[in-house]
Amino acid sequence: MRIPCPYCGPRDSSEFAYHGDAAPRRPAVGNAAAMADYVYLRANPAGPMEELWYHAQGCRSWLVVTRDTRDHAISNARLAATRSPA
Amino acid sequence: MTSHRLASGGLIDRATPIGFSFDGRPLTGHAGDTLASALVANGIRLVGRSFKYHRPRGIVSAGPEEPNALVEKGRGPRREPNTRATTIELHPGLDAASQNRWPSLAFDIQAIAQFAAPILGAGFYYKTFMWPAALWERLYEPAIRRAAGLGRLSGAADPDAYEKAHAFCDLLVIGAGPAGLAAALTAGRAGARVILVDQDFRLGGRLLCERVEVDAMPGPVWAGEVEAELKSLSNVRILTRTSAFGLYDGEVGAVERLTDHLPVTPAGEARQRLWTLVPKRILLAAGAIERPIVFGGNDRPGVMLASAMRTYVERYAALPGRQVALFTTTDDGWQTAASFARAGSPLAAIIDARREVPEAVRALAGDVPVFLGARVLDAIGGQSLRAIDIVGDHGRRRLAVDGLAVSGGFNPDLALTTHLGHKPVWSDERAAFIPGDLPANVAVAGAAAGRFTLAAALADGARLGAEAAREAGHTPAETPAFRAGDEPCAVAPLFHVEGGRGKAFVDLQNDVTDSDVALAAREGFVSVEHLKRYTTLGMATDQGRTSSVNGLAILAALTGRTIPETGTTRARPPHVPVAIGALAGLHRGRDFKPTRLTPAHGWAKEQGAIFVESGPWLRAQWFPKAGETDWLQSVTREVEAVRAGVGICDVSTLGKIALSGPDVGTFLDRVYANTFSTLPVGKVRYGLMLREDGFVMDDGTTARLGPDEWVMSTTTANAGKVMQHLAFCHQVLWPELDVQMVSVTEQWAQFAVAGPRSRDLLEALFGPEADVSDAALPYLGCTTLALGPTRARLFRISFSGERAYEIAVPAGYGDALARALMAAGRDLGVTPYGTEALAVMRIEKGHVAGAELNGQTVARDLGLGRMLSKKKDYVGRLMAERAALNEASRPTLVGLKPTVAGVRLRSGAHVLPLGVPPTAEHDQGYVTSTAYSPTLGSWIALALVANGPARHGEEVRIHDPVRSGDVVATIVSPVFVDPEGARLHG
Ligand SMILES: [Zn+2]
Repeated sequence: MRIPCPYCGPRDSSEFAYHGDAAPRRPAVGNAAAMADYVYLRANPAGPMEELWYHAQGCRSWLVVTRDTRDHAISNARLAATRSPA
Repeated sequence: MTSHRLASGGLIDRATPIGFSFDGRPLTGHAGDTLASALVANGIRLVGRSFKYHRPRGIVSAGPEEPNALVEKGRGPRREPNTRATTIELHPGLDAASQNRWPSLAFDIQAIAQFAAPILGAGFYYKTFMWPAALWERLYEPAIRRAAGLGRLSGAADPDAYEKAHAFCDLLVIGAGPAGLAAALTAGRAGARVILVDQDFRLGGRLLCERVEVDAMPGPVWAGEVEAELKSLSNVRILTRTSAFGLYDGEVGAVERLTDHLPVTPAGEARQRLWTLVPKRILLAAGAIERPIVFGGNDRPGVMLASAMRTYVERYAALPGRQVALFTTTDDGWQTAASFARAGSPLAAIIDARREVPEAVRALAGDVPVFLGARVLDAIGGQSLRAIDIVGDHGRRRLAVDGLAVSGGFNPDLALTTHLGHKPVWSDERAAFIPGDLPANVAVAGAAAGRFTLAAALADGARLGAEAAREAGHTPAETPAFRAGDEPCAVAPLFHVEGGRGKAFVDLQNDVTDSDVALAAREGFVSVEHLKRYTTLGMATDQGRTSSVNGLAILAALTGRTIPETGTTRARPPHVPVAIGALAGLHRGRDFKPTRLTPAHGWAKEQGAIFVESGPWLRAQWFPKAGETDWLQSVTREVEAVRAGVGICDVSTLGKIALSGPDVGTFLDRVYANTFSTLPVGKVRYGLMLREDGFVMDDGTTARLGPDEWVMSTTTANAGKVMQHLAFCHQVLWPELDVQMVSVTEQWAQFAVAGPRSRDLLEALFGPEADVSDAALPYLGCTTLALGPTRARLFRISFSGERAYEIAVPAGYGDALARALMAAGRDLGVTPYGTEALAVMRIEKGHVAGAELNGQTVARDLGLGRMLSKKKDYVGRLMAERAALNEASRPTLVGLKPTVAGVRLRSGAHVLPLGVPPTAEHDQGYVTSTAYSPTLGSWIALALVANGPARHGEEVRIHDPVRSGDVVATIVSPVFVDPEGARLHG
């Protein structure tokens, strides 16, 4: 699988570390229940999903990658740092 | 034995004879032969014994689909089992042996298995060896493995080297037959970057095996001209002897056999190269594989695919038989009759299952007895075919033959297109699966697409090659129109002839018969996936190339369904067997992963250090001195030297992360559990880092070198993880903070200088102008000082509990620093110490390390609960506050001392109350770290024990059933040495 890093171009997925679902956002001033959801609750969709990947052996950017969990087709990859705040 | 080599023709080099051996028998072939063609030319029929029944078997095919002719190639550690004779390029000294026979191929004692066949049917193993399960490992499996063998592994390490490579292209063409060559040429001429791979050692595919013309040139000549032109194009790369074995997401795996065709791999060269090919588009032009017909005795040596027979005659000038009959249901089969006629050995008979065959097709055979609407019921013979029984409008009759060519239609080689889950569709017209839904960027051309004529293959290739070039931004000149024939290729499906007396094999390699399929259907295994697993049909190393469709068709007929209703099984990579060595490449043994050496490694080696692996690093474990007989003696000396004087220890492997920017203080407050924003410049603080779920992730010190300049240290093991975590916290959680960070672990060499005389050593090192007094550099202070040509960072921190410093210099000065420290400390008796002494001293001081930071401990468990700030939000705070993580009954850090001096404690042992049976319900914790403490003269340990801090003074049982240890120890404070910290301050 190849991931199009905005800095490095399309690179082999072995250069990246996988983090998982990008949807949960850390509660700003958390109550314990919201934090527990953030830490433990994950959706498991069959279809396009936004995920966090870390270009560990490249530019060390965290990316939000849109990957279809059914066929690994990647439709988008952008820098996590430029995402709008939760 | 008379030669079966024809007097003329073929693509072999008659001027270059090649000596080789088969089962120890010296034989001769020619350059351009495969092992199989050389065996055919030498008249050798019997090449192996079958997997389950040990039936005699001969060569069936002329390519990678071969199910029978598997041999052991090579000798000694280079012996490679299960290699297909049909794909082994003949080379001088080739030493091949048949497999799965004992004591010899002609007389195989286990062939008796075929007479036990009724009990060896489908599911035999499942039914017979079900119970008792305990016997599997010791009895059933070894016995089955002995009887049902493939080749033998050498059992020795593979002496050859393998390598890996990546390549990128606009168009990857898989298969260099007519379609592939036309595509590569068209796209290559247009300027597209093309990679053309073919498993053969010569380009041309079917052009080499048949008597056809392209552009009025004989097939091999045309292929040669195209090859020459492709080689002149710098944008085209040709990989011969290369098998594309897997289609992955955006990548194709291929293995290139670099030296398998040479007598020995030249020194320094790799035997095989594993390619990761990254194409923009893929054109699969892998051709089609002929399908046998299932009838009685269809495994007798001498029964061969018609196209394979033709290949042996046309390409290798080798005659597979002198009295050969053809059993066909296709027009194409008749081309084999034409080849035999041209070779001066006309067929003995043609049996065509069809009642009507076009005149143009019939004309191919010449004057040969033809039986239309007839079938072969049985092939008769033992180690070689002697006769066939046919049935038809003429009734039954027996024909004496020594060979039978079989043509049941063609299966497009579509396996690669199914690797990502896409399925082919059944075409009644072509009696074959043809491409259906295809993966993105994959196209299929020629016979692989079910377009079986030469003209169609060439047109497909040219059209799809041009399309790929255009898509890559090139403008092809007009698409070339190659002139070739549209030879007849009609087929009337016939998969199975019922009513024969002999065993009728569907899967030759796994010995699956038509009655096995019928049994599976009777027992309810009517899904193809179940059929496959129950009977093992199609599960051999040939991946069912010649068997899957027949099995499917027989199952469909038995269950009254059509083939599309019955389904198709999915192929998975690798499409051809790939040596594990090729997948490993250079990552073998010590090179499995990189070995990291500290800048002062050479110095430590000179000192006689014993090294230990610490993650990827090699670290000095201890430094034995002359006369010391065991490690404990050396380590004890090192500890005593540090506690009494001064020692130095290489700590360069600790992770180091440089942080800069105005918001670093704020950032550190959020990633550490304790507060850092208040840390003054010139100070160091111990920090505890949690995961978001509240458990401890790592610990270390962070120093503030300037207002906006900080440096963090992490444990050796977690250096990468912490870097990734910090990047996550910054980029994902708080991108608004003005912070920059970079790993500088490899940029700095760092030494601990520890012991009551450590300041004296630093004074000697830095000279009189530098101020390293306690006033200038108190405990937990840091500074930067000139040292020789560079500047050193000096941190007053301690892991040993003694007055201690860590000194860091740019990595290039690391070796010089070690030597300078030794020189400066000579009069003080400076002692280098390793990780063992480091560990002993930290256990004596009760400092936690990797064994306690094990991912299952929270700060409170480690006695560090007071470090958790109540004043700020930080990663892990809320989850760490969960009630269950704060119960006193959780295993919590304590020290342990055996009640009897000299008794050893061991890590991993369990802590139990005295006087209870050692069962899980009484388990109260476990020992994490142990050491012999020279300071106390006793073994000591750190442990995590329920209610630990409240139980100091209590005696407990330390139970170690694995190593038969059972010791009584007293729970004590984890700080064994200097609990007041007086030594730290000197
Ligand atoms: Zn990148």
